[in-house]
Amino acid sequence: MSRLNTANETLAKEIIARYPRPKSALIPLLHLAQEQDGYVADDAMLHLAELVGVEPAEVLGTCTFYEMFKREPVGKYILNICTNLSCQLTGGEELLHHAEKTLGIRPGDISDDGLFTIEDVECIAACTEAPCMQVNYRYEYRLSTDDFDQVISDIRAGKRKDLPEHGTLGLVRQHIPADRLAGIESPEEAGTPDWFASRQPAPDESGKA
Amino acid sequence: MVSTNEYVPHAAGYVDNKGPKIVTSRFPHEDSHTLVRALATGGYDGLKDAIRRTPADVAGEVKNAVLLGRGGAGFPAGIKWGFMPPVWPRYLVVNGDESEPGTYKDRLLMERDPHQLIEGCVIACYALGLNQCFLYVRGEMAVAQERIAQALNDAYAAGYVGKNILGTDVSIDVVLHWGAGAYIVGEETALIESLEGNRGMPRLKPPFFPAAKGLYMKPTIVNNVETLANLPWLMVNGADKFKTYGSEKSPGTRMLAISGHVNRPGVYEVEQGVVTFRDLFYGEQYCQGIKDGNELKAFVPGGGSAPWFFEDQLDVPIEASEVGPQGSMLGSGAIMVMDETTDIVKACLRLVRFYARESCGKCTPCREGTAWEEKVLQRILDGHGRPEDLDLLLEIGQSISPGVYPVAGFKGEDLDPVPFPPKQTTICPLGPSSVAPITSAVRRFRSEFEALIPETVVLENLS
Amino acid sequence: MSTTESTEAVTGVPFFLNGQALSANDGELLIDACERNGVHIPRFCYHERLTPVGMCRMCLVEVDTGRGAALQPSCMLPVTPEMKVNTETEATKRAQSGILELFLINHPLDCPVCDKGGECPLQDNAYAFGPGETRFVEEKRHYEKPIPISDLVNLDRERCILCDRCTRFSKEVAGDPLIHFIDRGNETQVNTFPDHPFSSYFSGNTVQICPVGALTATPYRFKARPWDLTATESTATVDSTGARIALQSSRDEMVRVLGVDSEAVNWGWLSDKERFSYEAANSDARLTEPLAKAGSSFDSIRWNNAIGQTAKALSIGSDRVGVLGGARLSVEAQYVWSKLLQGSGISNVDANIGDGIAADLVLGLPKTTIAEAVAPGSIIVLMAPDPKEELPTLFLRLRHAAVESGVTIVEITPTATSLTTHASLSIHPAPGSLGAVTEAMANQLFGTSVGGVDGSDLEAVAATIAKGSTDGSNVTVIVGRSNLAESADFVSDAVQSLLRLAPEAKFLPALRRGNLMGALEMGLTPEFGPGGNPSDEPGLDTEAILRAAVNGKIDTLLLLGADPIADFPDRNLVTSAFNEVNTVVAVDTFLTDSSARADLVLPAAGFGEVDGSFLNLEGRLSPLQAKVTAKGQARDDWMIAAEIAESLGMDLGFTTLDEVRSDLSASIPSFGAVDWDALGRSDDGPLLDQGRTWSVDFGSRTEVPAVDGYGLALAVDRKLWDQGTMIHNSATLAELPEQAQLSVSAIDFEKLGVRDGEVVTIESGSIRADVGVVADTGLPRGTARIHFRLPGLDIGELIDCEQSVTTIRVAR
Ligand SMILES: Cc1cc2nc3c(=O)[nH]c(=O)nc-3n(C[C@H](O)[C@H](O)[C@H](O)COP(=O)(O)O)c2cc1C
Ligand code: SF4
Ligand code: FES
Repeated sequence: MSRLNTANETLAKEIIARYPRPKSALIPLLHLAQEQDGYVADDAMLHLAELVGVEPAEVLGTCTFYEMFKREPVGKYILNICTNLSCQLTGGEELLHHAEKTLGIRPGDISDDGLFTIEDVECIAACTEAPCMQVNYRYEYRLSTDDFDQVISDIRAGKRKDLPEHGTLGLVRQHIPADRLAGIESPEEAGTPDWFASRQPAPDESGKA
Repeated sequence: MVSTNEYVPHAAGYVDNKGPKIVTSRFPHEDSHTLVRALATGGYDGLKDAIRRTPADVAGEVKNAVLLGRGGAGFPAGIKWGFMPPVWPRYLVVNGDESEPGTYKDRLLMERDPHQLIEGCVIACYALGLNQCFLYVRGEMAVAQERIAQALNDAYAAGYVGKNILGTDVSIDVVLHWGAGAYIVGEETALIESLEGNRGMPRLKPPFFPAAKGLYMKPTIVNNVETLANLPWLMVNGADKFKTYGSEKSPGTRMLAISGHVNRPGVYEVEQGVVTFRDLFYGEQYCQGIKDGNELKAFVPGGGSAPWFFEDQLDVPIEASEVGPQGSMLGSGAIMVMDETTDIVKACLRLVRFYARESCGKCTPCREGTAWEEKVLQRILDGHGRPEDLDLLLEIGQSISPGVYPVAGFKGEDLDPVPFPPKQTTICPLGPSSVAPITSAVRRFRSEFEALIPETVVLENLS
Repeated sequence: MSTTESTEAVTGVPFFLNGQALSANDGELLIDACERNGVHIPRFCYHERLTPVGMCRMCLVEVDTGRGAALQPSCMLPVTPEMKVNTETEATKRAQSGILELFLINHPLDCPVCDKGGECPLQDNAYAFGPGETRFVEEKRHYEKPIPISDLVNLDRERCILCDRCTRFSKEVAGDPLIHFIDRGNETQVNTFPDHPFSSYFSGNTVQICPVGALTATPYRFKARPWDLTATESTATVDSTGARIALQSSRDEMVRVLGVDSEAVNWGWLSDKERFSYEAANSDARLTEPLAKAGSSFDSIRWNNAIGQTAKALSIGSDRVGVLGGARLSVEAQYVWSKLLQGSGISNVDANIGDGIAADLVLGLPKTTIAEAVAPGSIIVLMAPDPKEELPTLFLRLRHAAVESGVTIVEITPTATSLTTHASLSIHPAPGSLGAVTEAMANQLFGTSVGGVDGSDLEAVAATIAKGSTDGSNVTVIVGRSNLAESADFVSDAVQSLLRLAPEAKFLPALRRGNLMGALEMGLTPEFGPGGNPSDEPGLDTEAILRAAVNGKIDTLLLLGADPIADFPDRNLVTSAFNEVNTVVAVDTFLTDSSARADLVLPAAGFGEVDGSFLNLEGRLSPLQAKVTAKGQARDDWMIAAEIAESLGMDLGFTTLDEVRSDLSASIPSFGAVDWDALGRSDDGPLLDQGRTWSVDFGSRTEVPAVDGYGLALAVDRKLWDQGTMIHNSATLAELPEQAQLSVSAIDFEKLGVRDGEVVTIESGSIRADVGVVADTGLPRGTARIHFRLPGLDIGELIDCEQSVTTIRVAR
């Protein structure tokens, strides 16, 4: 779809300024692009390449390495169903099959109403609460097939206001006020912090530290 | 206070086992993630303590405590810190990528007590003499990102992070960074590549030991979330008190996630080396037995990458120095329990599929080998296996991890355990990790694989 | 060869290779140390000229550094004292065959139809170290068969073994990371960004270093099989870098050019122009027989007729003949032509076709070598055209110097160049003020600004250049003609000033034309005879010849491979001259804009068809070797000269190339010691003439032109892909030149109030032309840039070389 809009471009510049080198901001910026459009559009990648000063192919190389970045539109809600060992042992695969059947889609597809995409994912760090699922990266624990159906009908009924649309991760952003920033410098320019130098034990008479 | 495995919305999975608490003391509070609660419960006292001392003194305390890394390798943090050459700038990178199958603890620490972690980061930065820390949180952990972002905003505003910390001249930035879904990025050199905005492909060590050539080729310490979460307590209570917990070689506690076929799965903070796997699986304050009273079939003692243990290893104390020689590792404190109903071939395939999917693609043996292993296993499971496939699987394993693979001993086979870690033809241990479930399962449960192979059946019918 | 100076280590590192005690160089990688000692370790990702990544794992060997034997990638491991290495153990062999098996499981076994089949490292290693047969019965990985990733390169992802060579090259060496690893794990592939082709000037190198047939070059695809090829070593002649090449042919047709690793020059790399313009030699447009003008077309004539007519045209009176060109010729041919012209008393001879710098700067300034110029700690002053556009392989060395060796680059150029991002300082004097700007630096009078350059910037640049005098840093000035619409005299002025600022500075002339250095050395220049001896009676240079022609003072114009109508900056002057002369004789390989207007055309044998030698911009002699027979009746240039001489009754005494060479060695001292037979064999080629310098006669300083406040001063330079003869006649390259456009600074762009790409009218004097305009941040305010010889605009029409600067006005 598009390049970053003005507000997001401003945000992107704020994010870039937090890193010693602009390219380091690439993954957060790709998330920002995905937050804007629901997926990472080619034009957005071209924009990011300009913003961090690399070639578009390098942005694409980074983008495609990471599972969360979608290069095509997906459902408004991504259902990440874990089937890794802990979940497999407790019914994760059955849950996935149930989801496929109920929604009539295979992992990666979008449901007819455009609401859902399911994914068969690796361990999502909730193993003791298996089987589990994430809806737009928010957890549903110890999920029975009935629980699953409930989640779906709640979303369809618009009852899950707690869930942002796909693309938005944390609802809170880090923001460092200019007067609170210790100061980010490029690795070429940065040196020993003054406070550290002054706190080093003074060399004793023999000249040893 | 939480004392059951009942679904607890604010700390799902956490079970308070009434043991000593170093990193989970705030968990039972519903608002444990807020600055208010942190400050009401001693938050940032450790930092105040640290900043009154010299950095070298703080680093010395950590070294004294023998704080073993909680990310997997179990290397003492104090010693690792000492590897940094006197070169600036230098960086601290916090590994919150937690993706190892079965691992669930860092997310709890980040969601439940972000201030404890931030405090730990600032203490470490102070000790290491650096002013930039990057907190790398796994991409899929939206709530952890949110909580840390909020906590950082509050901590900056309150003067615990940023310019002139606690009114002193000490200035340290902590930047929240997050990933986008790639297990390999948990490996420290891949984490650094990722933090540079690149594909998370590991670098060869040597020459790229992070402590010498890390982020932007500058000295960098990568520490796990749990490792750093220990620091505030350590500063307040001191190394000597720390060492009264746990064992001599592994002082302190560890967060263990026990999942799979147990009656009360959960995340427990336990003293290291004091309990055994048996205590953990069957103990009343822990998992309360195998599910449905079934028999234990096998268990993974330290995350998907660990070779499997069996009932023969139940009495091994939970401590790295004990688990290693028995042929596996404690890794990231992820214990997965399989009871007698477990379909071993499926379980084995599922773990192998994980490594095949998560291989970064850099090293040939891992990129090609893990995918091949998965295909062969899938074929066996689909009923198209050939008798030679089991040896082929082990042979592919040999190309990734040559020599005798670490194994646990078990009754019925008169083999001494082969200690961890395995040899490898790859840069990082991801590829070799795929060999762990294969070696463990094929060696211990070969007949279950053979039962799926048609030719074998035919031959049996003939005889 | 390693990228560091290959000095034999005085203090070797002792190590054991398969039980044998040996010694490695300091810091030498195990894989190289083994190779030097006769043990080849198989490898795919490792390449001597790229940073090792250790990812293919093919080079694993057992190494014991005291803690027991372990498999280690030898490409990432520097040899340490007492290291015990075993390349023969079971464990090593098991690892190697295991990895090959894994490489092959997904590799399509299409060797019989693969371009690489027969010269493929994967194939070779599979035979030597592989498992023999595959146990893989699954479905292989599938991708769409070859996809074009640029006009020149195709990618077959099924064959790719993900060695990272092409991608590393593009990023590290070329600085054009247009191809990259995409996706992850088993699905990793090399690819471009959608609709952003791999249009790097250096893309062909990736084809050469790809260890399988994944990358193939469009010009070579399906042309030949490796076992049909024969090869010879030669030199790329498209520019004056003198990159060393291997020239391959099949059935008497040139089919491929490969870079040869010369430590001194190109490190194995080539630009795509050097690599692919051999295609022109095979073109149907080649001249194959002598031609004589008949009305508006040509008749073919016999050679002896052509020679006779040429001799006649040359004997019209020595001062009524003008000779342009000669850079295309081999040194030997240049020498014979020079003797012929001298013998005929003709001194109006110029190989510099009015688009270069004065011959005395090239011949007379203290020279240096590329290697010295880029030695760590050096300072390079770029006062020349964008090297990426005109001397691309030299650009790679300069870029490497800046990025890897900490060499300081300062630029004094009309506009930003491809090195600007790597330069520590860049100043862009307004056209016409180069002399004034450098003079201000020499006088340490910086003021607020000179020639549009900030005083403080000037001071900083001056201080950097003067470092040679203050701390002994090595200072090299790369000097060339960076603006064709500005008098070359400013360059002389600037050199004069720089020499005051940095008396120890050395120079590398940024000559664009291939063997121009040879031509000047051999005396194809009005002011010097062979060997750089100043002439007693200098002749006219190109501009003067053309003016004399316009004034009816020249009857015969002889073109030695020159195309002044296309190349001389002032189009009106050159066409008027052509209109006035009686006879134009062209010795050429193609009908160019100029030779098409000739009365007599003599077909010459070209690149790959002649033996001889080449003198690069350093003054380094390297071989030119014939690989195929000349097209049709085309002849060696030196033979043509010898026959004309004979026809003129002059006996030059040459019947073989050896005779030419011995005469050359005997009469030009710097060639005295050349071992001609060794030329084709030696690594880097001998360096001639390093000692010779004399004071250059700079003449009086050029007037700084008055600035026209309403106009934009024009900067005209060249692109690699232009409408030059070789490119135009290479089937694959001909499409590459982009449309001409006018670039102006962002401020000027805004002032014009136009849209990006909008067509505007530009005007100089009474001449107007239409062209699209764009904003370019690399331009200073007040300067407009147009590239020379691109389709869509003949900027030469607007240049009047009587004006020291061309000013244009732009109207919507
Ligand atoms: C494939 C792989 C994945 C890893 N994943 C993680 C992880 O998710 N979190 C973590 O802290 N360490 C992980 N590690 C270990 C790290 O490389 C590193 O050892 C650790 O972060 C160091 O922190 P510590 O010394 O505090 O334990 C992983 C290692 C490997 C080889
Ligand atoms: S295309 Fe060739 S050079 Fe590039 S990664 Fe693949 S095999 Fe290597
Ligand atoms: S050549 Fe050494 S790992 Fe590829």
